Amino acid sequence: MKVREIVGLLDARVFTGADQLDLEVQSACGADLMSDVMAFVKERVVLLTGLMNPQALRTADLLDIKVVVFVRGKKPTPDLVAMAEESGMILLTTKYSMFLACGRLYEAGLRGGGVREIS
Amino acid sequence: MKLTYSIPSMDFSAAGKASTDVKKTLARLGLDRDLVKRIAVAMYEGEMNIAIHGGGGTAEIEFSPDRIDILLADRGPGIADIALAMTEGFSTASEEVRSMGFGAGMGLPNMKRNADEMTVESRVGEGTSVRMRFLFGAARCA
Repeated sequence: MKVREIVGLLDARVFTGADQLDLEVQSACGADLMSDVMAFVKERVVLLTGLMNPQALRTADLLDIKVVVFVRGKKPTPDLVAMAEESGMILLTTKYSMFLACGRLYEAGLRGGGVREIS
Repeated sequence: MKLTYSIPSMDFSAAGKASTDVKKTLARLGLDRDLVKRIAVAMYEGEMNIAIHGGGGTAEIEFSPDRIDILLADRGPGIADIALAMTEGFSTASEEVRSMGFGAGMGLPNMKRNADEMTVESRVGEGTSVRMRFLFGAARCA
C-alpha cells in the first residue's frame, strides 16, 4: 500500500515527507510501548502510535521505519517535526483513535504484521 | 576503533542518541543492514535501561575485523534475579517511565534476541554490566 493511500484512508495531515508519498509499506504496527515495536517490527512498516515524544521517532529511526502516524489527533511539536525531517521520515497525524486507524488500514488490505505464539 | 559514550540518568531527550550515533557509524562502515539494525536495537534497549534503571552509566563499542563488542555498565541498584529480569514482560519500571513508552519488560530479552552472545553481571547495590557480541557473517535466524 502506498503512503498516499494511507493519508487518504486516515484523512491524515502530512507534517514531513510530502514528496515521498509514493513509498510502499507492507505492514503496520500499532503500539505505544517502544520495546514492543522493537520486538515485532520487520520490514516496510508504518508505525501508528499515541506516544508523541522523541523516543517514538528515535525508535522508528533505529528500525528504519520511514512512516510514523500519530493517532487521536495529536499534533507534533516543532522539535518532533524537525527530528522527523532530519531523519527523512514521513510524519502524519490522524484524527482517528488507534483502534479505528488500524481498522481502516486493515480493512483496506494492509494485512502484514508481527504474530508471535503465546509462550 | 573504540567509541565511548556517557549515558545520563532519566534524560529522555538525550537517551538513544548514542545508539543513533553508533548506527550511523556502522552504516558508514558499510556493514550488513540487518546486522546494523540488530546492533542498534540491542544498544538502544541497553541505553534506555541505563537511563531508566541504572542511574546513568557508560557504553563502550569496540570494532574488530570480525565482530563488534558492546559493554554497557551502570552503577545503579543492580538486578537481584537476572533470570526473572530476562523474562519477557517482567518490568520494574515506574508509571512515569511507561508513559514515555518504555517498561514493557522486553528490554533484556530484545537485547539477547538480537546479540550473537550476551552476558549480564550484576551485584545488588553496586551496578550492572551487560556485554554483547555481534559476529560478522554469523549464520542466524532472528
